Amino acid sequence: MTADIRVDMRDHACPMATDVVDCRGQTCPIPLIEVRKALRRAKPGEVIEVLGTHPSSKQEIPMAVEALKAELLSVEGTDTDWKIRIRR
Amino acid sequence: MEQATNLSDKITIVLHSGDMDKAYSALIIGNGALAMGMEATIFCTFWGLNRVRKTRPWAFPPAGLEKGPLSRMNMLGLGKWMIQRRMKKARTASLETLIQSYKELGGRIIACDMTMDIMGIHADELRPDIVDERGGVGGFIQEARRSGTVLFI
Repeated sequence: MTADIRVDMRDHACPMATDVVDCRGQTCPIPLIEVRKALRRAKPGEVIEVLGTHPSSKQEIPMAVEALKAELLSVEGTDTDWKIRIRR
Repeated sequence: MEQATNLSDKITIVLHSGDMDKAYSALIIGNGALAMGMEATIFCTFWGLNRVRKTRPWAFPPAGLEKGPLSRMNMLGLGKWMIQRRMKKARTASLETLIQSYKELGGRIIACDMTMDIMGIHADELRPDIVDERGGVGGFIQEARRSGTVLFI
């Protein structure tokens, strides 16, 4: 006999960001630097939300997140208006 | 300072040039490396030393981070002025902003003491807030041999 187990994943899929880094309008290398600074400020497990408009940074921030051994939660939006969520 | 665990985790940049655009290259690459989890050292020598000197109005050659000429088409400063206008429009960070970030993220700057003698630069003319130490070629090699990436700018 199997029991139905229901788990509400909504809170887990979208944790509240403790730090929002707004890099909209900023160009290379500022978004990358600001992500690094935010990860230094964050405690383990905290979530950072980065907003930006610089196309290359959208590709590069996930690379930096991997190199810094943080967790990439999501990359949303277009190349010129994006939102990246990271968990330290 | 924590030691890089393998060669690819460290970059050493020789800043030989005092040109404004090349100082940008060195600081953008240095900041990028730090932001992506590497260690970074910039070794300033010859004309590059003028960029880590305190700003002095009538110094010759001009002293100060933002005082370098453009490497091409400077045209007595007209080219530099035009580029700076475009940089402002593109919202490019200033060299001062970049050096502050570089230091905040743990980047090191070494001033070459042998070329300081040649250029007639005294230790008290260097900015104490950005120059970590003075060193010779041995200091550079010590940094470079532990770096997977070494650039000469």
